[in-house]
Amino acid sequence: MARMKFLCDAERCIECNGCVTACKNENEVPWGVNRRRVVTINDGVPGERSMSVACMHCSDAPCIAVCPTNVIYQTEEGVVLHDKDGCIGCGYCFYACPFGAPQFPNGPAAFGARGKMDKCTFCAGGPEENGSQAEFEKYGRNRLAEGKLPACAEMCSTKALLAGDAAELSNIFRDRVLRRGKGSEAWGWMTAYGAGDDAGGSGQGGVGPVGQGEKK
Amino acid sequence: MTTRSKVIALAAVFGLGLAACSEQPQVVRYEQGKYEGKTDARPWEGPVYNGDKAAWEQAMRARVRGQNEYARVE
Repeated sequence: MARMKFLCDAERCIECNGCVTACKNENEVPWGVNRRRVVTINDGVPGERSMSVACMHCSDAPCIAVCPTNVIYQTEEGVVLHDKDGCIGCGYCFYACPFGAPQFPNGPAAFGARGKMDKCTFCAGGPEENGSQAEFEKYGRNRLAEGKLPACAEMCSTKALLAGDAAELSNIFRDRVLRRGKGSEAWGWMTAYGAGDDAGGSGQGGVGPVGQGEKK
Repeated sequence: MTTRSKVIALAAVFGLGLAACSEQPQVVRYEQGKYEGKTDARPWEGPVYNGDKAAWEQAMRARVRGQNEYARVE
Protein backbone atom coordinates (compact mmCIF):
# COMPACT_ATOMS: atom_id res chain seq x y z
CA MET A 1 0.00 0.00 0.00
CA ALA A 2 1.36 3.35 -1.00
CA ARG A 3 1.93 6.10 1.55
CA MET A 4 1.56 9.34 -0.35
CA LYS A 5 3.85 12.10 0.92
CA PHE A 6 5.36 15.41 -0.07
CA LEU A 7 9.09 16.03 0.25
CA CYS A 8 10.61 19.49 -0.22
CA ASP A 9 14.35 19.76 -0.80
CA ALA A 10 15.42 23.05 0.84
CA GLU A 11 18.71 22.96 -1.10
CA ARG A 12 16.81 23.24 -4.38
CA CYS A 13 13.82 25.45 -3.60
CA ILE A 14 14.35 28.91 -5.15
CA GLU A 15 11.19 30.50 -3.73
CA CYS A 16 9.62 30.98 -7.15
CA ASN A 17 6.14 30.25 -5.78
CA GLY A 18 5.36 28.20 -8.87
CA CYS A 19 3.86 25.48 -6.65
CA VAL A 20 1.53 28.00 -4.99
CA THR A 21 0.38 29.31 -8.35
CA ALA A 22 -0.03 25.83 -9.83
CA CYS A 23 -2.17 24.78 -6.86
CA LYS A 24 -4.40 27.83 -7.02
CA ASN A 25 -4.84 27.49 -10.76
CA GLU A 26 -5.41 23.75 -10.83
CA ASN A 27 -7.96 23.67 -8.03
CA GLU A 28 -9.49 27.11 -8.50
CA VAL A 29 -8.96 27.79 -4.82
CA PRO A 30 -11.15 30.63 -3.48
CA TRP A 31 -9.80 34.08 -2.76
CA GLY A 32 -8.06 34.29 0.62
CA VAL A 33 -7.17 30.61 0.74
CA ASN A 34 -3.68 29.28 0.05
CA ARG A 35 -3.47 25.53 0.25
CA ARG A 36 0.27 25.76 -0.28
CA ARG A 37 2.80 28.47 0.56
CA VAL A 38 6.55 28.96 0.50
CA VAL A 39 8.28 29.68 3.80
CA THR A 40 11.72 31.32 3.79
CA ILE A 41 14.18 31.56 6.67
CA ASN A 42 17.21 33.88 6.81
CA ASP A 43 15.68 35.85 3.96
CA GLY A 44 18.28 37.92 2.08
CA VAL A 45 21.36 36.67 3.87
CA PRO A 46 23.78 33.89 2.89
CA GLY A 47 22.40 30.58 4.02
CA GLU A 48 18.85 31.51 3.10
CA ARG A 49 16.57 28.52 2.70
CA SER A 50 13.05 28.19 1.38
CA MET A 51 10.56 25.40 1.70
CA SER A 52 7.15 24.75 0.21
CA VAL A 53 4.60 23.77 2.86
CA ALA A 54 1.06 22.41 2.64
CA CYS A 55 -0.82 19.57 4.31
CA MET A 56 1.79 16.91 5.01
CA HIS A 57 -0.81 14.13 5.04
CA CYS A 58 0.37 12.86 8.43
CA SER A 59 0.26 9.13 9.08
CA ASP A 60 -1.34 9.83 12.47
CA ALA A 61 -3.07 13.10 11.66
CA PRO A 62 -4.05 15.28 14.65
CA CYS A 63 -6.80 16.99 12.63
CA ILE A 64 -8.62 13.64 12.35
CA ALA A 65 -8.39 13.18 16.11
CA VAL A 66 -9.86 16.58 17.00
CA CYS A 67 -12.62 16.92 14.39
CA PRO A 68 -15.87 17.04 16.44
CA THR A 69 -18.00 15.89 13.51
CA ASN A 70 -15.60 13.13 12.40
CA VAL A 71 -15.51 14.20 8.78
CA ILE A 72 -11.74 14.02 8.20
CA TYR A 73 -10.44 10.68 7.01
CA GLN A 74 -7.38 8.99 5.57
CA THR A 75 -7.59 7.08 2.30
CA GLU A 76 -5.91 3.75 1.61
CA GLU A 77 -3.06 5.67 -0.03
CA GLY A 78 -2.45 7.74 3.10
CA VAL A 79 -4.01 10.95 1.80
CA VAL A 80 -5.89 12.98 4.44
CA LEU A 81 -9.19 14.28 3.04
CA HIS A 82 -12.40 15.68 4.46
CA ASP A 83 -16.12 15.83 3.75
CA LYS A 84 -17.11 19.48 3.39
CA ASP A 85 -20.81 18.66 3.76
CA GLY A 86 -20.27 17.73 7.40
CA CYS A 87 -17.75 20.47 8.25
CA ILE A 88 -19.11 23.06 10.70
CA GLY A 89 -16.12 25.41 10.43
CA CYS A 90 -15.22 25.18 14.12
CA GLY A 91 -11.49 25.55 13.42
CA TYR A 92 -10.28 22.80 15.78
CA CYS A 93 -8.27 21.23 12.96
CA PHE A 94 -6.54 24.56 12.36
CA TYR A 95 -5.34 24.67 15.98
CA ALA A 96 -4.32 21.00 15.95
CA CYS A 97 -2.32 21.12 12.72
CA PRO A 98 1.40 21.84 13.24
CA PHE A 99 1.74 23.06 9.62
CA GLY A 100 -1.20 25.49 9.45
CA ALA A 101 -2.68 23.50 6.59
CA PRO A 102 -6.45 23.94 7.22
CA GLN A 103 -7.69 27.19 5.72
CA PHE A 104 -11.02 28.94 6.21
CA PRO A 105 -12.55 31.11 3.52
CA ASN A 106 -14.88 33.87 4.60
CA GLY A 107 -18.50 32.86 4.35
CA PRO A 108 -21.61 32.09 6.37
CA ALA A 109 -21.21 29.02 8.56
CA ALA A 110 -22.11 27.74 11.99
CA PHE A 111 -19.27 29.69 13.59
CA GLY A 112 -19.70 33.24 12.38
CA ALA A 113 -17.80 34.32 9.33
CA ARG A 114 -15.58 31.25 9.16
CA GLY A 115 -16.59 29.05 6.23
CA LYS A 116 -15.99 25.36 5.69
CA MET A 117 -12.44 24.15 6.01
CA ASP A 118 -10.35 23.90 2.86
CA LYS A 119 -6.95 22.28 2.59
CA CYS A 120 -4.55 20.52 0.28
CA THR A 121 -6.10 17.30 -1.04
CA PHE A 122 -2.93 15.93 -2.65
CA CYS A 123 -4.94 16.61 -5.82
CA ALA A 124 -7.12 13.62 -4.85
CA GLY A 125 -10.50 15.39 -4.74
CA GLY A 126 -12.86 14.33 -1.98
CA PRO A 127 -15.85 12.17 -1.16
CA GLU A 128 -17.73 12.74 -4.40
CA GLU A 129 -17.76 10.80 -7.64
CA ASN A 130 -14.26 10.77 -9.17
CA GLY A 131 -13.83 13.51 -11.73
CA SER A 132 -17.35 14.91 -11.24
CA GLN A 133 -18.24 18.60 -11.32
CA ALA A 134 -19.39 18.44 -7.68
CA GLU A 135 -15.99 17.10 -6.66
CA PHE A 136 -14.19 19.83 -8.57
CA GLU A 137 -16.29 22.63 -7.12
CA LYS A 138 -15.86 21.47 -3.52
CA TYR A 139 -12.36 20.03 -3.46
CA GLY A 140 -10.60 20.81 -6.73
CA ARG A 141 -9.26 18.48 -9.36
CA ASN A 142 -8.76 14.78 -8.80
CA ARG A 143 -5.45 14.24 -10.58
CA LEU A 144 -4.71 11.04 -8.67
CA ALA A 145 -7.69 9.36 -10.33
CA GLU A 146 -6.18 10.39 -13.68
CA GLY A 147 -2.88 8.71 -12.80
CA LYS A 148 -1.11 12.02 -12.22
CA LEU A 149 0.73 13.52 -9.27
CA PRO A 150 -0.24 16.78 -7.51
CA ALA A 151 0.12 19.82 -9.77
CA CYS A 152 2.49 21.63 -7.37
CA ALA A 153 5.11 18.87 -7.52
CA GLU A 154 4.78 18.29 -11.25
CA MET A 155 5.07 22.02 -11.88
CA CYS A 156 8.18 22.50 -9.71
CA SER A 157 10.92 23.72 -12.05
CA THR A 158 13.88 22.66 -9.90
CA LYS A 159 12.18 19.47 -8.72
CA ALA A 160 12.62 20.64 -5.15
CA LEU A 161 9.11 19.53 -4.35
CA LEU A 162 8.54 15.81 -4.82
CA ALA A 163 5.28 13.94 -4.34
CA GLY A 164 4.35 10.28 -4.33
CA ASP A 165 4.91 7.05 -2.48
CA ALA A 166 7.22 7.62 0.51
CA ALA A 167 9.54 4.73 -0.35
CA GLU A 168 10.03 5.96 -3.92
CA LEU A 169 10.67 9.52 -2.72
CA SER A 170 13.29 8.25 -0.28
CA ASN A 171 15.09 6.50 -3.12
CA ILE A 172 15.08 9.64 -5.28
CA PHE A 173 16.29 11.84 -2.44
CA ARG A 174 19.01 9.41 -1.38
CA ASP A 175 20.30 9.22 -4.94
CA ARG A 176 20.24 13.03 -5.22
CA VAL A 177 22.13 13.64 -1.97
CA LEU A 178 24.83 11.13 -2.84
CA ARG A 179 25.43 12.73 -6.25
CA ARG A 180 25.37 16.41 -5.49
CA GLY A 181 27.85 16.53 -2.67
CA LYS A 182 27.87 19.31 -0.12
CA GLY A 183 29.39 22.74 0.32
CA SER A 184 32.02 23.76 -2.26
CA GLU A 185 31.80 20.32 -3.88
CA ALA A 186 28.25 21.06 -4.96
CA TRP A 187 27.72 22.24 -8.51
CA GLY A 188 27.18 26.01 -8.71
CA TRP A 189 28.31 26.74 -5.19
CA MET A 190 31.13 29.13 -6.21
CA THR A 191 28.84 31.06 -8.54
CA ALA A 192 26.19 31.44 -5.89
CA TYR A 193 28.30 32.08 -2.81
CA GLY A 194 31.82 32.88 -4.01
CA ALA A 195 35.03 31.71 -2.35
CA GLY A 196 34.37 32.83 1.18
CA ASP A 197 36.64 32.09 4.08
CA ASP A 198 34.62 29.03 5.02
CA ALA A 199 33.06 28.30 1.64
CA GLY A 200 33.39 24.60 2.18
CA GLY A 201 31.91 24.67 5.63
CA SER A 202 28.58 25.67 7.02
CA GLY A 203 27.20 27.50 4.04
CA GLN A 204 27.72 30.91 5.68
CA GLY A 205 30.64 31.84 3.41
CA GLY A 206 31.09 35.37 2.08
CA VAL A 207 29.25 36.40 -1.03
CA GLY A 208 31.49 37.14 -3.98
CA PRO A 209 30.61 38.66 -7.36
CA VAL A 210 28.70 36.45 -9.73
CA GLY A 211 30.76 35.09 -12.61
CA GLN A 212 33.94 34.26 -10.79
CA GLY A 213 33.75 30.90 -12.45
CA GLU A 214 34.19 27.52 -10.99
CA LYS A 215 37.55 26.13 -10.12
CA LYS A 216 36.47 22.57 -10.63
CA MET B 1 -56.96 4.83 50.86
CA THR B 2 -55.02 2.40 53.00
CA THR B 3 -51.59 3.11 54.40
CA ARG B 4 -50.17 0.42 52.12
CA SER B 5 -51.43 2.07 48.95
CA LYS B 6 -50.18 5.46 50.17
CA VAL B 7 -46.68 4.03 50.59
CA ILE B 8 -46.79 2.47 47.12
CA ALA B 9 -47.96 5.76 45.56
CA LEU B 10 -45.21 7.70 47.38
CA ALA B 11 -42.56 5.22 46.23
CA ALA B 12 -43.80 5.53 42.65
CA VAL B 13 -43.57 9.35 42.81
CA PHE B 14 -40.03 9.17 44.20
CA GLY B 15 -39.09 6.60 41.54
CA LEU B 16 -40.33 8.82 38.73
CA GLY B 17 -38.61 11.85 40.24
CA LEU B 18 -35.26 10.09 40.48
CA ALA B 19 -35.58 8.76 36.94
CA ALA B 20 -35.61 12.34 35.68
CA CYS B 21 -32.17 12.85 37.25
CA SER B 22 -30.42 10.37 34.97
CA GLU B 23 -27.97 11.87 32.49
CA GLN B 24 -27.22 10.81 28.96
CA PRO B 25 -23.75 11.52 27.52
CA GLN B 26 -24.04 14.55 25.28
CA VAL B 27 -20.52 14.62 23.91
CA VAL B 28 -19.60 12.74 20.74
CA ARG B 29 -17.10 10.07 21.59
CA TYR B 30 -14.27 9.93 19.09
CA GLU B 31 -13.29 6.48 18.00
CA GLN B 32 -10.08 5.99 16.06
CA GLY B 33 -10.81 5.45 12.42
CA LYS B 34 -14.52 6.07 12.70
CA TYR B 35 -15.39 8.36 9.85
CA GLU B 36 -18.92 9.70 9.68
CA GLY B 37 -18.90 11.55 6.37
CA LYS B 38 -19.70 10.36 2.87
CA THR B 39 -17.84 7.41 1.42
CA ASP B 40 -15.19 8.15 -1.18
CA ALA B 41 -14.33 6.24 -4.33
CA ARG B 42 -10.77 5.02 -4.65
CA PRO B 43 -8.56 6.62 -7.32
CA TRP B 44 -8.61 3.59 -9.63
CA GLU B 45 -12.40 3.35 -9.52
CA GLY B 46 -12.91 6.29 -11.88
CA PRO B 47 -13.52 6.26 -15.63
CA VAL B 48 -9.78 6.32 -16.42
CA TYR B 49 -8.75 3.02 -14.83
CA ASN B 50 -12.14 1.27 -14.45
CA GLY B 51 -11.17 -0.45 -11.22
CA ASP B 52 -7.80 -1.73 -12.44
CA LYS B 53 -5.74 -1.14 -9.33
CA ALA B 54 -2.57 -2.71 -10.73
CA ALA B 55 -2.60 -0.43 -13.79
CA TRP B 56 -3.10 2.62 -11.58
CA GLU B 57 -0.25 1.63 -9.28
CA GLN B 58 2.06 1.04 -12.23
CA ALA B 59 1.18 4.42 -13.73
CA MET B 60 1.79 6.16 -10.41
CA ARG B 61 5.10 4.42 -9.90
CA ALA B 62 6.30 5.51 -13.34
CA ARG B 63 5.13 9.04 -12.66
CA VAL B 64 6.92 9.23 -9.29
CA ARG B 65 10.17 7.82 -10.67
CA GLY B 66 10.00 10.34 -13.50
CA GLN B 67 10.67 13.05 -10.94
CA ASN B 68 14.25 11.84 -10.64
CA GLU B 69 15.97 13.86 -13.37
CA TYR B 70 19.25 11.96 -12.87
CA ALA B 71 17.48 8.80 -14.00
CA ARG B 72 15.75 10.69 -16.80
CA VAL B 73 18.82 12.21 -18.45
CA GLU B 74 21.22 9.28 -18.16
